[in-house]
Amino acid sequence: MLAHRLALESPWIRADMVEATEFPHLANKYQVYGVPRTVINETIHIEGAVPESMLMSELLKVLDV
Amino acid sequence: MPLLDDKIQAQVRKTLEGMAGPVKLVMFTQAAEALECEFCAETRMLIEEIAALAPSGKLSVEVHDLIADDAAVGEYQVDKIPAIAVVGAKDYGIRFYGIPSGYEFSSLMDDILTVSKGESGLSDSTKAAVAKLNKPVHIQVYVTPT
Repeated sequence: MLAHRLALESPWIRADMVEATEFPHLANKYQVYGVPRTVINETIHIEGAVPESMLMSELLKVLDV
Repeated sequence: MPLLDDKIQAQVRKTLEGMAGPVKLVMFTQAAEALECEFCAETRMLIEEIAALAPSGKLSVEVHDLIADDAAVGEYQVDKIPAIAVVGAKDYGIRFYGIPSGYEFSSLMDDILTVSKGESGLSDSTKAAVAKLNKPVHIQVYVTPT
C-alpha cells in the first residue's frame, strides 16, 4: 500500500491501514462510507483511491502548517 | 481447519519466496478469554499460517497483549486491536488494524515483501519530496471489505 511505502521511506511518517467495519466509531468519526478514506494528521481527508502524486501534494501541506 | 485454502497457500508460498531480509509480524491482541475483540483469534491464526508458508526463518510472529504488555504497546504505539506491525530491519511505522482479509490481505503480502527488501519502491520525485518532511505525519487509510 502506498501509505505504507511512504512510512518505510521516511522516519517522520507512520501509516495505518484500518478495516473500517471493525471500528465503527472510527468509520463514523471519519465518515467512511464504502470507499477508502485517507486521513492525514486528523485534518486532511481524501476520499477514494489516491494516486501517488496527489498523496504527496497533500502530505506536503503538512509542511506549511 | 486452516483459514487459507490450498490454492491461496500455494500463492502465498510463492509470493514469499521473493523475500529478502527477515520480517517480523508483531501482533497485538487480547487475552484468550476476553470477549471484546471479535477477530483477534482469527487474525492470530491467519498470520501464523502466513508465517509458516515463508522460507525458513524469514517471517516470524510475535504476539503481545494490549492490556498486559504496556512496554510493547508504547513501543509500537498501538491503540486498537487486532493490530499488526510489519517490522523489518527496523520498525517503519507500518500498521494494520483489523483482520487483514480481502484487499488488506494483498496489501499485507505486498508490505511483507517491501519491508523485507527495505526499499519503498517510490518514484525519485516522491522520495525527494518526502525527504523535505520535518514533522510527524500520521496517515490512516480506512478501507471497507470488497
